[in-house]
Amino acid sequence: MSPETETAGAKGAPPPVIPVTPVTSVTALDERQLRRRERKFHNRDKWWGYALIAPAGLGLAVFYLWPVLQTLYYSFTEWGPFGGTTWIGIENYRTLVSDPEVWQSLGNTLFYTVLVLLGIPVAMVLAVLLNLKGMRGTGFYRTLYFLPVVTMPAAVAVVWRWLYNGDIGIINEALAKIGIDGAYWVSDPSTVRFAVAAVGVWMTVGYNMILLLAGLQGIPQDYYEAASLDGAGRVRQFFSVTLPLLSPTLFFTTVLSVIQSLQVFDLIYMILGANTAVGPTNPAYSEGQTVVMLFFQKSFYDNQRAYGAAIVCVLFVLIMALTALQFRLQKRWVHYG
Amino acid sequence: MRRRSLLAAAATTTLAAGCGAPTVTTSDSLRGRITYGVWDVYQMKAMRKAAKEFERTHPGTTVDVQLTPNATYWTKLRTACSGGSAPDVFWLNGPNFGLYADAGQLLPLDTEGADAVFDPGDFPADMTKLYRWKGTQYGAPKDFDTIALWFNKELFDRAKVDYPDGSWTWQDMINNAQRLTDRKRGTYGIAAPVRSQENYYDSIAQAGGWVISKDRTKSGYADPKTMEGLKLWVDLIHRYRASPTLQQLTDTDPTQMFQAGKLAMGWEASYNAATFWADPELRAKIDVAPLPRGRHRASILHGLANVIYARTKYPALAREFVRFMSGKSASLIQAKYGTAIPARNGTQKPWTDGMPKFDLQVHLDAVDYSVPYPISTNTAAWAHKELQMLARAWSGNESLDSATRSLTKAMDKLLAQEGKARS
Repeated sequence: MSPETETAGAKGAPPPVIPVTPVTSVTALDERQLRRRERKFHNRDKWWGYALIAPAGLGLAVFYLWPVLQTLYYSFTEWGPFGGTTWIGIENYRTLVSDPEVWQSLGNTLFYTVLVLLGIPVAMVLAVLLNLKGMRGTGFYRTLYFLPVVTMPAAVAVVWRWLYNGDIGIINEALAKIGIDGAYWVSDPSTVRFAVAAVGVWMTVGYNMILLLAGLQGIPQDYYEAASLDGAGRVRQFFSVTLPLLSPTLFFTTVLSVIQSLQVFDLIYMILGANTAVGPTNPAYSEGQTVVMLFFQKSFYDNQRAYGAAIVCVLFVLIMALTALQFRLQKRWVHYG
Repeated sequence: MRRRSLLAAAATTTLAAGCGAPTVTTSDSLRGRITYGVWDVYQMKAMRKAAKEFERTHPGTTVDVQLTPNATYWTKLRTACSGGSAPDVFWLNGPNFGLYADAGQLLPLDTEGADAVFDPGDFPADMTKLYRWKGTQYGAPKDFDTIALWFNKELFDRAKVDYPDGSWTWQDMINNAQRLTDRKRGTYGIAAPVRSQENYYDSIAQAGGWVISKDRTKSGYADPKTMEGLKLWVDLIHRYRASPTLQQLTDTDPTQMFQAGKLAMGWEASYNAATFWADPELRAKIDVAPLPRGRHRASILHGLANVIYARTKYPALAREFVRFMSGKSASLIQAKYGTAIPARNGTQKPWTDGMPKFDLQVHLDAVDYSVPYPISTNTAAWAHKELQMLARAWSGNESLDSATRSLTKAMDKLLAQEGKARS
């Protein structure tokens, strides 16, 4: 920059530009010094930064990263019930590929994930409704929808197991009033997956709703004013203004929902009654069992911990792949205004 | 690693020497604090009382009774055993015994001579045998449970059916269960859940079938007699329609159904007697009779044992505690509190006397025709498959033939894996 200015100054006839040259040279010098100083400063800053995140980072490394690596290692071994491992290569993975239970539980988990994703549009509608001006009792409804999020999944499961009871459940009593003979929701292979997914949606809708609500309130009012001046109606405004500007939040909720749904465990485990003596005799058990449930069974009940490790490693890779895929696809639909 | 284990070995030897293994009876080695791991909250009172009694008669000792709920007991125990920090003495049951005994996690118990922890003659033979592994005794029987036919007198009276007695056969049970079923009222003659110890293990033995071969290498589920024992329950649901469906039994536990007066009969274990007794309304309505006879008379005998952790720091004290727990006074304390029947012969009277309206002698007599609970090294692995696969036949999703076929295959495979792991 400075050489150009200099030449420009030399060419230009009248010399009001004269002070420019020394000034630029001074700034150039200063800049160099500054940059060096800045780098020094930056380095020191960096160390401070590292020092400050060290407690959290160390915890993460010790309690997450190290166990993850260990699990990966154990998945290539045979692991006795009281310790003692033998390296057996990919044997566990070979068994896993031909194990119908693994495939069934993978299918169940993906099915659950898809159904829970359908809860996002529901959360979106709720968020838009609660964001309408002049709506009464929004605070009340927000709390109501958020309540399941802050409730323990185990408690939720116990309550829903009662609601779903085929003989004395409240759902079937209500259905009987209108002449419908309700199913044994969580012990019938044909209904169990929908029944648990409904609870899954019920539990996550509040969380997604709050995120989307925050996203909605971040959209500047000017856009709507401009849109209505251009003659866009409510519906058009929703699709042309709200949706694109909300897409980053939608993307975020989608990614989180997928990760959480793929790891679902306690909710379904307890709704199926797997924690009770009834346990695996639920006729809908194989249709309801998720990957993490299978991992839990193999590792902690069947004493096949290395095989369990292999199962969760597969799940880990699956989650990573699906998340990477979503980040890939976001370019097509997420709009960072 | 090797160095460390050598050091550990050296440490244990010195420790053992320090504990004075040869002079077990001197009071010096019988001081200290031991932990006692249990899982049943209903037995806590009895266990604490027994521990107190031990402390009183053995000055300088402390017994810390540690309760871990059943759901987490096994996970925690296994981890503690690998890490060397398991309780000095703890409860074990049949399905888990093989795993611990086979892995050398338990201390052998002498049953004869001066150091004998207990005399096998004082206990039902099947109970002692259940806790013997490859010729060595590892567990001292603590309690036992047998199965009997519990029935609701009110429902019998309403249907004008005679109460069950020792003369009943399967056919009597089926016929009467049908007469006792009243779908309008939502009451059923009997429950046919997929429960091993209380239901199909008993009926398999009554039909002359078997679950696992004597050498614990083969599944018995392909034997036609075994299948007969299973068919009884499937038929009670689907053919005779005298039991709720498996779906109903999944949604509401059969024992709870019985307590709620929705079942006229149920095959129940003796450890439920105290729970039934605790409800005064129920107490007046129900009683107990022997299980009906199939080809044979049979009832599954199972019970817990006290075992000693192999790496305990106080082997002598732990032995003394197990000896005490197998003795007369601790057994009588157990019997008095009613949840479990003490395993020691001749100490069960307080148990039956505590619940006088029930004919509990039935449960004690069952020991005479009892069949031991089937186990192998890793029982849990195939027992889980067993429940899951039989449930498919019970629910009607699969024929009994095809369910037992896949079960036999899966179980044989798991048993073969056990064999491989051992060699």
